[in-house]
Amino acid sequence: MDEEYDVIVLGTGLTECILSGLLSVEGKKVLHMDRNDYYGGDSASLNLTQLYRKFRPDQAPPAELGRDRDYAVDLIPKFIMASGELSKILVHTDVTRYLEFKQIAGSFVYRDGKISKVPSTEMEAVKSPLMGLFEKRRAKKFFEFLQGWKDEDPATHQGVNLDKDSMKAIYEKFGLEPGTQDFIGHAMALYLDDDYKTKPAREAYERIVLYTSSMARWGKSPYIYPLYGLGELPQSFARLSAIYGGTYMLDKSIDEIITDADGKFVGVRSGEETVKAKQVVGDPSYFGAGKAAADGGKVRVLEEGRVVRAICILKHPIPGTEDADSAQIIIPQNQVGRRNDIYVAIVSSTHNVCAKDVYVAIVSTVVETDRPEQELAPGLQLLGPVYDKFITVSSLYTPTSDGTSDNIFVTRSYDATSHFETVVEDVNRVWKAAVGKELVLKKREVEAEA
Amino acid sequence: MSKQFQFKLVLLGESAVGKSSLVLRFVKDQFDDYRESTIGAAFLTQTVSLDDGTTVKFEIWDTAGQERYKSLAPMYYRNANCAVVVYDITQTASLEKARSWIRELQRQADPSIVIALCGNKSDLSARRQVSQEEAKKYADEEGLMWGETSAKSGEGVADIFTAIAKKLPLTAPPSARGGAARPGASGKPGGVDLNKQANAAGANEPCNC
Repeated sequence: MDEEYDVIVLGTGLTECILSGLLSVEGKKVLHMDRNDYYGGDSASLNLTQLYRKFRPDQAPPAELGRDRDYAVDLIPKFIMASGELSKILVHTDVTRYLEFKQIAGSFVYRDGKISKVPSTEMEAVKSPLMGLFEKRRAKKFFEFLQGWKDEDPATHQGVNLDKDSMKAIYEKFGLEPGTQDFIGHAMALYLDDDYKTKPAREAYERIVLYTSSMARWGKSPYIYPLYGLGELPQSFARLSAIYGGTYMLDKSIDEIITDADGKFVGVRSGEETVKAKQVVGDPSYFGAGKAAADGGKVRVLEEGRVVRAICILKHPIPGTEDADSAQIIIPQNQVGRRNDIYVAIVSSTHNVCAKDVYVAIVSTVVETDRPEQELAPGLQLLGPVYDKFITVSSLYTPTSDGTSDNIFVTRSYDATSHFETVVEDVNRVWKAAVGKELVLKKREVEAEA
Repeated sequence: MSKQFQFKLVLLGESAVGKSSLVLRFVKDQFDDYRESTIGAAFLTQTVSLDDGTTVKFEIWDTAGQERYKSLAPMYYRNANCAVVVYDITQTASLEKARSWIRELQRQADPSIVIALCGNKSDLSARRQVSQEEAKKYADEEGLMWGETSAKSGEGVADIFTAIAKKLPLTAPPSARGGAARPGASGKPGGVDLNKQANAAGANEPCNC
């Protein structure tokens, strides 16, 4: 450990692993450490033993759940948007060679007490019970408008300015009902609350385009998922880093972040050993998250909200999902009198994350009250009988500075969104601060096939 | 009519026993005396032709140095059909390390995995510390294949890979087994090949500029 590195990366969550992979490919000398003896940090997938050790240290996993090794239970519920930014990074870095992906079989939305499929084709849209006949016509005009939009062609704008007009104004222009607005804003643009309605419509437009292009990619749903769980993603980027010379150390306690008299980063102490580097990148848990102040008394991260998640083990698919082996269900906030949506994500043995005939569902939402578990009730009610349930309330931390003044670059916690778009935003943010230029993905040179 | 099978082969063993050199010899028939740690090439393929006309394609995973601080990811063992666990015949300690990797494989990998124990650096037999008898006895007890190789001279290298190819269960339909990471996914229901589609759909995607 006495060598000096360009960058020390702390924590092997997806954000950190993408960064160390890309930094290694860029030619940086990277040392990547994790206090856990497994990869993935907060975005890990755990086997049964690890899962029970984390949530019920005094209880062994029930034998009837089957073999330990058949399980990879995600700690955060996220799917990959087929046409999203993470897909692009996966392809550009060629880590896809370590991974297999499957579609998520269905996308559903909760309305008036029951769940309906989010239409994936025009045929499904015509048959969907989500809209009445006249509303379908209005919605069709709205989607034709979005699809036809060309920035450079004012004739396609129909008098709308996406950078000035609010989404609310556009909904009104097309006369869309509140239920349809819920559906578009929450099930397609994937907003967690209604704040977007009063903002310029450009972002909502881009989100809807992302949704529809992801949907068009493979059909059924806009999402794909890696076999053996989300924990495969950080592992594959860690391997990329290692192939480009990155050094990996798991099960390593991180005892001190050492700074000089000016507060700039010097190195990291683990037990008796100290290792130096020019920069450090790490997840909030290594920089005082949950404590009043980090090493040296400096507050490096702030809590900006909390997410409650219930990991539920089921012995059946979710009722009303046509026995889908995997699905997302969105419960828009308006439907249950909340400010934030409730999400349900379910995967199963089809994705090699649990034993046969077992389903793993995660119900999650942004915490609004002092009784977070109760806030999940509308989602939990959709599941039917739950075999076992593990509840977490996680703080969402955000760094207090961009790191350029002290060479300490802290990533953000995994938020309540159902996909990885904000994770990639964070990768871009940290990259720009640490490397000093925008992240440009270059196609990695593929090793020759012999 | 010849058949082709594809298998994932993982390399294990202590640092500096010659894992990468062994693969380099097998795949490219090269040797580099001053090769240091593994950088940049941790995914190679090589095909072995058997007498009956079938061909076995090995998709070879090198550790990329992640074994050094016990940081090999579960992904590494995942769907491995065969493993070559390497020790250095001039280092007794490296055989001990090989034993612990074999225990790890028996715990983590698929129970049907074919494991070959490989004593490398047979060209340095003057400095031998591990006898053939000792290693072979251990391999027999554990039901492993065993052989000695010299990545430097090439001696025994092709033999051990050919022996593995012969031992693998060539019963599955061609190229439909685990290990064929990418090609396998698109062939299964609901499976998607990101690369394929990315290229095909690239032209139609909305412009992000």
